[in-house]
Amino acid sequence: MRAVIEAAREAPLVPVAILGGLMLVAILADLIAPHDPTLPVKGANVFDPPFWMEGGRTTTLLGTDFQGRDVLSRLIHGARVSLIVGLMGTLVAGGIGTAMGILSGYVGRWVDQVIMRVTDAWLALPALVFAIFLATMVGPSMWNIVFVLGAVYWTRYARVIRGEVLTLREREFVKLAEIAGASKLRVIKRHILPNVMNTATVLASLTIGVVIIAEASLSFLGVGVPPPQPAWGLMLAEARPTLMAGQWWLTVFPGLCILLIVLATQLFGDWLRVRLDPQLRNL
Amino acid sequence: MWQFIVRRLLYSIVTLLILSATIFVIVRLTGDPVSLLAEAGARPEDLERIHRQWGLDRSWPVQYVSFLQNIVTGELGKSFNYRLPVSELYFQRLPNSLTLGLVATLISILVGVPAGIISAVKVNTWWDTIAKGVALLGLSIPGFWLGLVLILVFSVWLRWLPTSGAGDWRHVVMPSLALGWYFAASMLRLTRSSMLEVLGSEYIKLARLKGLPDVVVIAMHAFKNALIPVFTLAGVNMVVMVNAAVIIEVIFAWPGIGRLLYEGIFNRDFPLVQGVVVMAGFMIVGINLIVDILYAFIDPRIRLTR
Repeated sequence: MRAVIEAAREAPLVPVAILGGLMLVAILADLIAPHDPTLPVKGANVFDPPFWMEGGRTTTLLGTDFQGRDVLSRLIHGARVSLIVGLMGTLVAGGIGTAMGILSGYVGRWVDQVIMRVTDAWLALPALVFAIFLATMVGPSMWNIVFVLGAVYWTRYARVIRGEVLTLREREFVKLAEIAGASKLRVIKRHILPNVMNTATVLASLTIGVVIIAEASLSFLGVGVPPPQPAWGLMLAEARPTLMAGQWWLTVFPGLCILLIVLATQLFGDWLRVRLDPQLRNL
Repeated sequence: MWQFIVRRLLYSIVTLLILSATIFVIVRLTGDPVSLLAEAGARPEDLERIHRQWGLDRSWPVQYVSFLQNIVTGELGKSFNYRLPVSELYFQRLPNSLTLGLVATLISILVGVPAGIISAVKVNTWWDTIAKGVALLGLSIPGFWLGLVLILVFSVWLRWLPTSGAGDWRHVVMPSLALGWYFAASMLRLTRSSMLEVLGSEYIKLARLKGLPDVVVIAMHAFKNALIPVFTLAGVNMVVMVNAAVIIEVIFAWPGIGRLLYEGIFNRDFPLVQGVVVMAGFMIVGINLIVDILYAFIDPRIRLTR
């Protein structure tokens, strides 16, 4: 408990405030959003500009899109998609990757060979290309994207965690536990896993942003979150046909939201890295 | 040393085999390409005939072996859609992707390296703070969104640059900026940390003790060593950029291999997709192999581990 309070006191204010705020917005989206994100606003036109521009109105603060839907409401609901996919995708990738890394590093021999060769092969596929393939295979839906991104990004964890386990395996407390007759499973649970958690956490904090951008990219290409669900990447895709007409608010605002959330996770990750693992400072 | 090279070479071949098998299975799980062609009233016999014509009636192992044979002969099979050898389509598009990758790499070096050096030499000053801020923004701005904003500013508002397609140098500016931006940030970070490490080392301290001027120490002694990892990364990044520019090529309608692949995925053009991905795999595995061997050559310790 004291450690938690201490950590909270030291935590960087700006990224925590941004992430906390966004989470609150995502959870309370139904209460905060002024309009239904999937339906046209009554009385509004299509392509109404933001309120400070000529022709804008205060009922739709950030303007309306090609169907006359409220951009602000869609942004608010979109936070939900980005946060869920970012967190869950990272959790899936981290879970698979940590398990594979421990298996590979601790069991060794042919298990290690198999896992590492698959890791090499999958890392040689450009991540986004791989994700597009998997996404077209399983079809567009938010939860499918979570698993697609988990399946694409676990390899990075596996490599790093394996390296850690290889040195841990030779440490005395592990050797002693083995001599004392502890089973492999027990050694992994009691001695290996707790010692790689810091690294896994740091990697996770740095992966969230990558996963959020990947989700936006997939949705932008039409293989991610399906319409009419409000997702930031999808909003960018819907804005593209009319980009030349100068309706800038449809392109600028969703992108700024992605930028904000990724920036906050990066800052938070940097802080976490310095705090948890001095050796990773230059990663 | 020879043992190391042979082992690495074998690993690379295994890696490519797993990669080819992965992609072979995944494209087949995306669905039946014939059903995309067939109109509502197509007779089953016709579908059957196309299946046979494309060799899709054979079992998967047989198809996989013929896929491997096509790789060995270098033809990479025949595209369903274009009815041309995949290798022909690929090498038609490759120069465009190389142009884009090369310009983006140059941008990332020209931005990342000087900024990284300044940031390291003037560590903990406001120069450093600005550079770190730029790096952070670089890693946080999605490249494809940057592309859209560039179109908005330079094509729609200022009318300086064409929105899409390929032609003269003006077509290259925006896509390569959007592509190179992220990599510029990673170059900056690596240059900075690499310079800081070298600047703190014994031989630099000695050079300073000898009374050499700062400029000489940084330019002659630190620079050279600090840039080995940086230029390695630049080389690897370039290969990645050539092969992973799908979304940028789609936005700017750039006729490179990324868009070829993108269209192939949606048309379920199995030979085309497999061919392009395997070529990407060859390049990426190849550059990693070269880097590994070069590093082992420079640093014997690497040869002995693993």
